[in-house]
Amino acid sequence: MGIEIKNQEIENQMRELARNLLNEKKVDVIIGYAKGTVPLSSAPIMITNEEDIDKLIWNNLCYINLAKYLVPRIPQLIDPEGNNLKVGIVSKGCVGRALIHLAVEKQINLDDIKIIGIPCNGIINRKKVEKEIDEKEILEVSASGNDIVVKGKDFEQKFPFDEYINELCKVCKVKSPPTDASISEACVGECQEISNLEDDFADLAEFEAKSSKEKWDYIKDLLKTCTRCYACREACPMCYCNLCFVDQNKPIWFGKTTELSDIIVFHLIRAMHLAGRCVACGACSSVCPMGIDLNLITRKLEKMVKERFDFTSGIDSETLPPMMSFNMDDEQEFMLEED
Amino acid sequence: MTVKNEQEAEKSEEWEPKIIAFLCNWCSYAGADLAGVSRIQYPPNIRIVRVPCSGRVNPYFIVKSLTDGWDGVVVSGCHPGDCHYLTGNLVARRRFAILKELLEFFGIEPGRVNFMWASAAEGERFAVLIRKATKIVKELGPNKKFEKKW
Repeated sequence: MGIEIKNQEIENQMRELARNLLNEKKVDVIIGYAKGTVPLSSAPIMITNEEDIDKLIWNNLCYINLAKYLVPRIPQLIDPEGNNLKVGIVSKGCVGRALIHLAVEKQINLDDIKIIGIPCNGIINRKKVEKEIDEKEILEVSASGNDIVVKGKDFEQKFPFDEYINELCKVCKVKSPPTDASISEACVGECQEISNLEDDFADLAEFEAKSSKEKWDYIKDLLKTCTRCYACREACPMCYCNLCFVDQNKPIWFGKTTELSDIIVFHLIRAMHLAGRCVACGACSSVCPMGIDLNLITRKLEKMVKERFDFTSGIDSETLPPMMSFNMDDEQEFMLEED
Repeated sequence: MTVKNEQEAEKSEEWEPKIIAFLCNWCSYAGADLAGVSRIQYPPNIRIVRVPCSGRVNPYFIVKSLTDGWDGVVVSGCHPGDCHYLTGNLVARRRFAILKELLEFFGIEPGRVNFMWASAAEGERFAVLIRKATKIVKELGPNKKFEKKW
């Protein structure tokens, strides 16, 4: 079955669910994806009228993590009387994970939210496609069979879908939003119960086998083009601090320049803050204007908390995340000891 | 020392690392004190910063020390279970575990950042561990990787 047929199925199913929710007054507003202003993109949309439902779309360019629109930094969705609006949110697997994790961190209340679950089939790696066509202007992107077809003024190119999706999507095991007994009421559409998520992190093995110097050279090369625009932070559903550490100016912890040391520190501390919280949606990489792919760091974060604390973020609505808790028997092999 | 002299010193055999040590007030700082009054020698490379608890040590402190040009960082606290604030060092331990692995992942030599436990009664242990940490950092050489230049 080609991806265009699959996308169409998902889209129809999603519109149907959204329409029902709005009609039955179960929600006041639907947050979903709409057509982007340029090809190879998509845009978020908030729908309150039934006529607008047809603006909702699903394709493999819906890279934004919509959970971002519910976190405290965004102005709250309230009616004129000041009551919280009930929200229906179109959720692929990682949006669902983000919602659950935000609920665990007590940032949102799942009682006011309906998760419209859809089975995601992977998000196109925009930067990889753009690079392949030499950043020529793209006029149309469509899917046919198992290919992505990119059309421009005087060219047309086909890319195999399985290769040109995000690295994170290639190893993704949570295609549709996770659910469990305590939150099943909030879920409509396709949600899955996940009990034990196994992952061997084979994709990291190659990088981790490198020497310290090779790793440093790779990371340096990867990050050196960063312009510190903070698009990654703005797109991240977990970056909701009122005052981010890079904006803090009393004390100024780290410089705001694009000197290598400042860039590395920004990404290092950002990763540190996301340990055990990152839901591996890949939104940060998708929105990066310089095409920096942060999937390696994301995967490492997942691996660390899985191996050390046996925790996967956004799967379980009851367990406390590792960086919010502690245990007397934690591993401490890294501590310096007498010989 | 002028800049030139400093550069020459780095190349020579006599180069000595500068290490910043964050010691918790209740155990390790007292341990360092005990090492002092017991006249146990430990390398003069460390500069001690007293913090209320190892849980007070934010990863910012450690990373900023490295960008500010310190060759190594040592963080020392009470043994697990002995924390004056009951669980401060347990919280810190998780943080350190992640930070150390991440530094290694970024290609920064993990030996630059060392974590240890030393109680107020362990002057000898404190001296031994500081000797060990100094040796590790000395072998790594000057911290040039992501020192901030301006």
